[in-house]
Amino acid sequence: MNFPILSFITFFPLLGAVCIFAIQGKKTDYIKNSQNVAIFASVLNFVLSLYLWFNFDNTHSGFQFVEEYEWLKGFVNFKFGIDGISIIFILLTTFITPICIFSGINSVSFRIKEFLILILLMETLMIGVFCSLDLVIFYLFFEGGLIPMFLLIGIWGGEKRVYSAFKFFLFTLLGSVLMLVAIITIFILTGSTDVEQLLNLKIPENYQYFLWLAFFSSFAIKMPMWPFHTWLPDAHVEAPTAGSVILAAILLKMGGYGFIRFSISLFPNASEYFAVLIYALSVIAIIYTSLVALMQDDMKKLIAYSSVAHMGFVTIGIFTMTKQGVEGALIQMLSHGIISAGLFLCVGVLYDRKHSRLISSYSGVVNFMPKYSLFFMILTLGAIGLPGTSGFVGEFLVLVGAFKISKLIAILSSTGIILAAGYMLWLYKRVVFGSILNSNLKNIKDLNIFENYYLLALVAVTLFFGFYPDPLFQTFSLSVDNLILQYEMR
Amino acid sequence: MNIIATIIPEIFLSISIMILLIFGVFIKESFNIVYKSSIVVLIFAVLLLVNNFENFSQIFNDSYLIDNLSNYIKTLSIISAIVVLLISYEYINSLKINKFEYPILIISSLLGAMIMISANDLIVFYMGLELQSLPLYVLASIDRENERSTEAGLKYFVLSALSSGLLLYGCSLIYGFTGSTNFQLIAQNFNSNNLGLIFGIVFIIVGLGFKISVVPFHMWTPDVYEGSPTSVTVFFALVPKIAAMTVFIRFTNVAFAGIFDQWQLILIFLSVGSMILGAVAAIGQDNIKRLMAYSSIGHMGYALAGILTGTIEGTKSTIIYLTIYAVMNTGMFACIFFMKRKEKYVENIKDLSGLSKTNPLLAVGFLIMLFSLAGIPPLAGFFAKFYIFVAVLESKLYLLAVIGLVTTVVSAFYYLRIVKIIYFDESKISFQNVKNLPLKFVLLTSSLIILLYFVYPSILIDMTSSISLG
Repeated sequence: MNFPILSFITFFPLLGAVCIFAIQGKKTDYIKNSQNVAIFASVLNFVLSLYLWFNFDNTHSGFQFVEEYEWLKGFVNFKFGIDGISIIFILLTTFITPICIFSGINSVSFRIKEFLILILLMETLMIGVFCSLDLVIFYLFFEGGLIPMFLLIGIWGGEKRVYSAFKFFLFTLLGSVLMLVAIITIFILTGSTDVEQLLNLKIPENYQYFLWLAFFSSFAIKMPMWPFHTWLPDAHVEAPTAGSVILAAILLKMGGYGFIRFSISLFPNASEYFAVLIYALSVIAIIYTSLVALMQDDMKKLIAYSSVAHMGFVTIGIFTMTKQGVEGALIQMLSHGIISAGLFLCVGVLYDRKHSRLISSYSGVVNFMPKYSLFFMILTLGAIGLPGTSGFVGEFLVLVGAFKISKLIAILSSTGIILAAGYMLWLYKRVVFGSILNSNLKNIKDLNIFENYYLLALVAVTLFFGFYPDPLFQTFSLSVDNLILQYEMR
Repeated sequence: MNIIATIIPEIFLSISIMILLIFGVFIKESFNIVYKSSIVVLIFAVLLLVNNFENFSQIFNDSYLIDNLSNYIKTLSIISAIVVLLISYEYINSLKINKFEYPILIISSLLGAMIMISANDLIVFYMGLELQSLPLYVLASIDRENERSTEAGLKYFVLSALSSGLLLYGCSLIYGFTGSTNFQLIAQNFNSNNLGLIFGIVFIIVGLGFKISVVPFHMWTPDVYEGSPTSVTVFFALVPKIAAMTVFIRFTNVAFAGIFDQWQLILIFLSVGSMILGAVAAIGQDNIKRLMAYSSIGHMGYALAGILTGTIEGTKSTIIYLTIYAVMNTGMFACIFFMKRKEKYVENIKDLSGLSKTNPLLAVGFLIMLFSLAGIPPLAGFFAKFYIFVAVLESKLYLLAVIGLVTTVVSAFYYLRIVKIIYFDESKISFQNVKNLPLKFVLLTSSLIILLYFVYPSILIDMTSSISLG
């Protein structure tokens, strides 16, 4: 494979962004043209990533499509490559981005050109995170994402957008700079930041603990884990719909991906040592944030807190270090990416029409929006983890993994599912059912053609992987085996 | 003959200064022609310098040193001076400070800086320093109708004279205790148990600390930055700092190399102090020039962190930092030169509000510069900090690295504040349309350098690879 397909997939959206930047002309013309360019770039990128998936060799556990160029002389080589774990995140990114673009075209009313540029820029940076096989390159993409996200929240956000944008930026930056110290320390200790080489060069055990904590500070904030989650509800609530979707669906997954790719593989001893800490924080996250979610009167905030709880399952799954646990965590991340994206889009649909995110502003929506209610219901059930949705597969496997480690953790975290049923169904009941109390809801329109298609796509994927998750398992099974094998050989 | 060949750029500049001066005095309305020929002179000087790169030679009884370091920094300084002249032409005209002395003073100061950079002897160094500083006093107060400009000039003069006095006192102590003014001989005769010498070092560090404005010798910076005409502020931010930093490298790595332990701790305090003050004090500033003053204090703290490791990697990282710092500051000030409304230049950051709607391209320029100054990847500012922290961590200065990175986060706050004003706030009246081709060219070039630096970041490593400290 000589064609640098990974770099192409990564930088193609950037090319699209540059094209949009260059578009001039009359206002109506250039809006139309930039929309077309954005749609073309993101959809083609999705097709390319599907092509990548079909060409991916399931029977090979190492990194594939590896590209390496000399980059920072004496320090770092520019290295890209994927294994079964990263490819599913690339697929998730390229799948969600066109949806964000459609949603943006549908609902963003001003400065659409800049909006599209930022979303495409974001896509490049996110794919880059999942492709990089070098710590410095990873850091570059990981941090670079802050700039477009800051602008997305700040320009198109709600009332408290400035506060939220700053909080998001500074929180994540603080975590990340500690990771940068750790990355440089690794370079000085081993003389390399190449992940493949680092897997063979063992990092001295006494250093592992500090390094693990430095990486943890970054990933735990990004993930976010309790008690570092406070930026998330603010950012989610104030961000525009497309921004919330990117945040929930992809940015949060960078934390989990980081734990799997770096924390466990590079610092196995420290990971074992700190696993109890992770279990404790995750269980607290699951129970506490679920309870908090129950009490929210803002729909976006409710979903944001539920994200924290769902991410709790992911961290438990990863640090059980069992095949079921890690695979469950991966499926959970993927399915949460799709379901939470869907839920945020559903809230966005209501918000676009009535400009309120409060649950109390709505009731009896089903009478006027039957299609909407159907999609919203499937996504709600997915968030609860009902069998038949992808949410179930992930949570079930995580619990199986947790049960092997400790019954207590499994039991405590299962309560999260019950609580999830509580807050999600209650939300659904209050918004969709009941009689119409608010008279200006009477003229509310059902989904338009854009909304119809992207919600349909998300629901279809949720159901498909709920019934038939096998393609995913086949993709990452060997890579997960490899990961656990390396962990056990520490 | 050989001696003259090695310092041709300096000789060329001296002669040009005199010719331009005579020309300016005898011909009326000579500003335009002197200004333009100054730019041509500087371009010639760069060409002469680049064509005469000598790897190593010591001339004038070993008191003047030409090596890769001096060549590199001199090129950087001359290019900075050219850029300063390019971007400030319109500014000077509209402020009516279009006197023919202005470009000549800039070249004289540059010449002083070049002598400082090449100095291998305390006396030569001091001469260069004074030649560099004297024109700056005049330049700071060149807008003499303006109270603040006069104040800036006077303040800079008084404080700078004081620091020069301290420097000279330090030099005399060192000469007294080592019996030589030559850097290498000082290093040979150094006896680290001698208290007088330590005092000498402290005085020299204080004097140089003043010139590069690190905490606690930074007090003059905000006032002078704010009071001086912006075109002079750019020059302040670039050439004198780069030159003084190079002298710092010479002192710490050649003259005082043997007593590393004695000065390292002092420099760590200066560096940490500057990082913290640069991050915290800038938060409350509303004047963009004042804010840039604090930002430059912080940046000098980072640059110093490279030097204080005492390793060649550290020194190189400082040189790389200075280069990227110069590009970022050029870009930032180029943006500031666009802040013109009704034929008046404005400086308050509130004036930028909603710039992204009224002038989206300029807003993108600001955005790139601000995020780069904050050190966010993938912009060039990140790589500058990255090299510094690699050097710092290699020397096992973990605390310094962590403080440095945490202050990065704090300083990100005030850069973000400007981004917020530009992008999130409601728009005001737009700035007037500036039709200034050189200014646009400089802004475009510096933005592209900052933005695309990540494509091939080895470039500065390549350029600095041949630098050694002898």
